[in-house]
Amino acid sequence: MSIRHSLLALLASDSAYGYQLRARFETLTGSVWPLNIGQVYTTLARLERDGLVVGAGSDDEGRIIYRLTGPGRDELALWWSSPVGRSARPRDELAIKIALAVTDPTIDAAAILQTQRSDTMRSLQDLTKLKRHTEQDEVAWRLVLESMIFNAEAEIRWLDHCESTLLREAHRRPEVGRPPGPSEPTPQNATARGTGAPA
Amino acid sequence: MTARTTHPLAAETPHPANVLELRDVSRSHGGGLTAVQALAGVSLSVRAGEFVAVMGPSGSGKSTLLHLAGGLDTPTGGEILVEGHTIGALSRTARAQLRRRSIGYIFQDFNLLPTLTAAENVSLPGELGGVRRSRAHREALAALDSVGLTDQADRFPDQLSGGQQQRVAIARALVGDRRLVLADEPTGALDSATGEGILQILRERADLGAAVVMVSHEARHAAWADRVIFLRDGSIVDATVGAPAETLLGRREDRSHR
Repeated sequence: MSIRHSLLALLASDSAYGYQLRARFETLTGSVWPLNIGQVYTTLARLERDGLVVGAGSDDEGRIIYRLTGPGRDELALWWSSPVGRSARPRDELAIKIALAVTDPTIDAAAILQTQRSDTMRSLQDLTKLKRHTEQDEVAWRLVLESMIFNAEAEIRWLDHCESTLLREAHRRPEVGRPPGPSEPTPQNATARGTGAPA
Repeated sequence: MTARTTHPLAAETPHPANVLELRDVSRSHGGGLTAVQALAGVSLSVRAGEFVAVMGPSGSGKSTLLHLAGGLDTPTGGEILVEGHTIGALSRTARAQLRRRSIGYIFQDFNLLPTLTAAENVSLPGELGGVRRSRAHREALAALDSVGLTDQADRFPDQLSGGQQQRVAIARALVGDRRLVLADEPTGALDSATGEGILQILRERADLGAAVVMVSHEARHAAWADRVIFLRDGSIVDATVGAPAETLLGRREDRSHR
């Protein structure tokens, strides 16, 4: 997430000092991505260094009010007009973890999938509850929530897909994706494989 | 939608009354070496005011669980209690009566009778159960009202949209204030927005004190429940409970008013 561009976008409508920017950001996104005030001020300092914002005086309490500069407006316009690149996002730890799990015969991949699914489902329940409690006019917040709901749902579908792929593979090649035998217990419990005896 | 302060949440609100209780319930088909275990020793309690979703791949036992809970099927092991009555110990008549009085069943494909109006579809089970016609009709109108179909009472199923038909089916399942609502993929045949309307109704019923059990393969729909049960090969492998609304909303308030 680009804090830099978020701050530029917030400053486009009105000048503000750091605490105001943080409060506006968190109102907009329902505090799902809390910003610490240090982050806000270091980002503002860098934006000022780069000539994108300028500290334009201070209020009665000595807080510096920032406003957007011309180059700042240009930078913001460029951000609005560019899509958010997928490759710029951090590596997907979950996909890597599952890939590692299915290639290690001592790991019960199905149990890992279930652990993950339960955790994501719990988040999805929380997000759904938050969405149910949004007010009619909280459009921005609701859209942020729905973005996270769709992501969580996609992750669960992908986990289901991983599971059925593993089951199919297990039928084809019995050594793939099997939990460790009873002679080598591991911390992962094997209950996620159920009690059905495969033919 | 506004925050409800008395939201009954699964984990936090101890309630003495389990509307539904499965004790080590099994169901197998066939016998000997070819026996297929559809459900293998499942224990589950659902309290009044609780909304439980059951998820799992096809063949994991979801529908079997729901059929057993509704008295539409008989377990081969264990026992099932609805409102404290062991279903297996009841006579056929008593079981039928319990089904009619306490249990509402919602199917994916609505199962409405095409030659009856919405109101008649809803009042029919009551009338068959011996409720006087005028009273059954009154209850049907109230149930239709509760699902937002007051104006559609005299329409026939083919004059209603899919979402409205499913709401008639829900009204039929809820008529007479039934305490246990069992829903088998109730949103399966509906588009996303219409499906949410159905979930909203089920959620409200639970908040009003019914025990709701819904089978779904859609995570986004199951997430409306207080508790999500995962079934694999006839066994419960995990269950998740979301955080209380108060905690979630409080967290939000704290941050934005700091």
